[in-house]
Amino acid sequence: MKRHLLEAADLDRADATLVLDTAAQIDQALAGREVKKLPTLRGRTVVNLFYEDSTRTRISFELAAKRLSADVINFSAKGSSVSKGESLKDTALTLEAMGSDAIVVRHSASGAPHRLANWVRGSVVNAGDGTHEHPTQALLDAYTIRRRLGRLDGVRVAVVGDVLHSRVARSNVWLLTTLGAEVTLVAPPTLLPVGVGAWPVEVSYDLDAVLPKADAVMMLRVQAERMNASFFPSAREYSRRYGLDARRMAALGDDAIVMHPGPMNRGMEIAADVADSVRSTIVEQVGNGVSVRMAVLYLLLGGAPA
Amino acid sequence: MASSTEPAPGQAAPGALLAPADVARVVDRMAHQLIEKCAGGGGAGDDRDSLADLVLVGIPTRGAPLARRLAARVEAFSGTPVDTGTVDITLYRDDLRLRGVRALEDTVLPPAGIDGRLVVLVDDVLFSGRSVRAALDALRDLGRPRAVQLAVLVDRGHRELPIRADYVGKNVPTSRAQKVRVHLAETDGTDEVVVVEQ
Amino acid sequence: MTTLIKGARVLGGEPADLLLEDGRIAAVGRRLSVTGADVVDADGLVALPGLVDLHTHLREPGREDAETVETGSRAAALGGYTAVHAMANTDPVADTAGVVEQVWRLGRQAGLVDVVPVGAVTVGLRGERLAELGAMADSAARVRVFSDDGHCVADPALMRRALEYVKALDGVVAQHAEEPRLTVGAQMNEGDRSARLGLTGWPAAAEEAVIARDVLLAQHVGARLHVCHVSTAGSVEILRWAKSRGVQVTAEVTPHHLLLTEALAESYDPVFKVNPPLRTDEDVQALRQGLADGTVDAVATDHAPHAVEDKESEWAQARPGMLGLEQALPVVVEALVETGLLDWAGVADRMSVRPAAIGRLDGHGRPVAPGEPANLLLLDPAARAAVDPAALASRSRNSPYAGRELPGRVVATFLRGEATVLDGKAVR
Repeated sequence: MKRHLLEAADLDRADATLVLDTAAQIDQALAGREVKKLPTLRGRTVVNLFYEDSTRTRISFELAAKRLSADVINFSAKGSSVSKGESLKDTALTLEAMGSDAIVVRHSASGAPHRLANWVRGSVVNAGDGTHEHPTQALLDAYTIRRRLGRLDGVRVAVVGDVLHSRVARSNVWLLTTLGAEVTLVAPPTLLPVGVGAWPVEVSYDLDAVLPKADAVMMLRVQAERMNASFFPSAREYSRRYGLDARRMAALGDDAIVMHPGPMNRGMEIAADVADSVRSTIVEQVGNGVSVRMAVLYLLLGGAPA
Repeated sequence: MASSTEPAPGQAAPGALLAPADVARVVDRMAHQLIEKCAGGGGAGDDRDSLADLVLVGIPTRGAPLARRLAARVEAFSGTPVDTGTVDITLYRDDLRLRGVRALEDTVLPPAGIDGRLVVLVDDVLFSGRSVRAALDALRDLGRPRAVQLAVLVDRGHRELPIRADYVGKNVPTSRAQKVRVHLAETDGTDEVVVVEQ
Repeated sequence: MTTLIKGARVLGGEPADLLLEDGRIAAVGRRLSVTGADVVDADGLVALPGLVDLHTHLREPGREDAETVETGSRAAALGGYTAVHAMANTDPVADTAGVVEQVWRLGRQAGLVDVVPVGAVTVGLRGERLAELGAMADSAARVRVFSDDGHCVADPALMRRALEYVKALDGVVAQHAEEPRLTVGAQMNEGDRSARLGLTGWPAAAEEAVIARDVLLAQHVGARLHVCHVSTAGSVEILRWAKSRGVQVTAEVTPHHLLLTEALAESYDPVFKVNPPLRTDEDVQALRQGLADGTVDAVATDHAPHAVEDKESEWAQARPGMLGLEQALPVVVEALVETGLLDWAGVADRMSVRPAAIGRLDGHGRPVAPGEPANLLLLDPAARAAVDPAALASRSRNSPYAGRELPGRVVATFLRGEATVLDGKAVR
């Protein structure tokens, strides 16, 4: 493992598999027991540095760190020195001086975790940067697929929606293909980046053509406001062409699963009855997120010199 | 307290402390000691011990197959099946920073759990005692056994903690510079114990 | 003040002695000797006319923490420049005679290069109505180049009027070609790399569309147009087409677009963030070819100093721009001379003669010959050195060439016969 987890490309196949295997072992070790806490990272300090509101991701990392007995500091940019104009670098040096061993960073600017990694000695974990990546989300998605389908090699995953603005899509493209899955991106052309042709994926504009062949369908959040910038004409048209409703879900194979990184826009990219169906792994993904993040923190911090 | 030393084996491979047949014999003897203990022949006040209460919990990597072998031999000699489990101690180690992280191994407990039962931790080599300390910490988070004992195939000395084994296959005086390697058919293709000069 | 330069190779030719007297080149010949002259040994050095930059950000007034007219002038002299055009996007904007005269006076006080102010095309660079172009042209600063650089004159009707209006001033509009609606939030060249890095793309078409529009407008109204920092292969094609049709268009390319590519954005280090952005290797090759065949007229630095806090940040928050004055000539040597695309006469043409002509500067871009103004530089083409940002004369440190070894060292620069740089060091 590298010292940081900045993007999915930091993980080769062996490392990515190690993370998933470790998460599985942690899940197994903690299953059914009363004390859900391990002493592994006692005395280590993990800082959650969140420049964007993301309660679910922050809580997931916080729980992961606490279950490993690390001390956790939540540093929210709002109402702190950051909102008074302190630079990312100054904040990083401050946290460093306070003895943080790892910084989990969420930032609206793509590449902010990379910058941070240049300025601190501890590990940096990207918890989502701009429209770049969200590698732990991809890890938990891969973990969820593997648990449900038993494998990743050769699994056909359709990633549907606003790929252009999605860090989840980017991380999943790189991680899932690293792990041997076949990824198809499905979106209107306006929501696919120019240059997507260079990615190791199939691209389709037609959801109905892709669904029968998919083992897993990952629905991305689509913000209705995108229609104001003419990415699509209306929420209704988007939903009609790219939303996953019960009719479309019926086209899926028997074992196929439906995923969503959350938070969902019910009625936009996903219908309520689909989100709540037995195929849906949406709640499971949340739980898996904690195990995967524990695995990442253990592998990055467990053996590192203090 | 059952603690004994096997006579030096005549048929060991060159450099090997225990050959396959020796390993089998040592495991058999430990199984008998366990039966003896649980049949009420143990110390005073252990009259509640029974094989049904016994859980053999292996410490991965090689403690796990060793625990299963012991259980099989106990069942063969006594006719009573014995519960087994494994407890991975990696996340409880205090030397991660020195030795680096590694892949985790299985933690599996019998369906009946370990609460109120006699847990015998099983490991291949007893050295500093730190692995056992970690295993005790892990057990504490997994339940509340009535008692915890320790069985090891080889005790090589050099304890760094106040820990000792209840069942020892073979005591092997070593220097700190030496390494004791236990190989088992399940993990290494053959049964043997060798001492390696570093 | 008399200086005798011994054994310089003018435009790379045979060694000759140059006698500088009273601000002019008094004589060029073999074994000249003069009593009482300062002697400069130029054995092995190439003499070129003093370089002229059409595109420099000196930041004064407004951001003196990033650069001043004086520090920028020193950086320019060290780069072999004898004249620089100071861009108008200062604070306050150089959109009145008062501001351009202030900049011009500061340049005279520094006395290291001729600082030629550029006037804003529109009031406050806002792209709404014309600034008083005539007043700036008639001022002591004698403004001839007008530009809203940093912003595109995007309104086609306003651009047409600007092109027409400056005809009466013998001026030229230098357009920052960037269709703003196509570059909202843009961070780097749009392509597979921007897609992967999650940085909003700056499409080549946003530059090319404006250049295509403007050459058509320039042709229609019979005006001169200059295109700033051309960055794409498509732009070179459009310029080639326009020139073949007789449009009075000139264009510049920056040193960084001749050498660096978008691959550098992978680091997310904003020292590589610039506008227009670094492009692909194909673009770099096309720009070199365009400069070599004259489709692109000039190398202009777009020297853009930025304070540390404006660069040591997240990529998206950082200001675009890079230093260029001190490394422009070494970059051109590496990208065009060492590749055989330009000879020394070609370098003189693209970095001195043509930019001086575009900016209508009489005393610059002249041959190194008797009777001409003694504006020239001496270059050691054999020297190679790694760039150390801390050693730069600029007040800022945002050099994209940090640690990179580049060929060619400016040993001396003379402005009207007076040395501004000697032994590679600024005289003042």
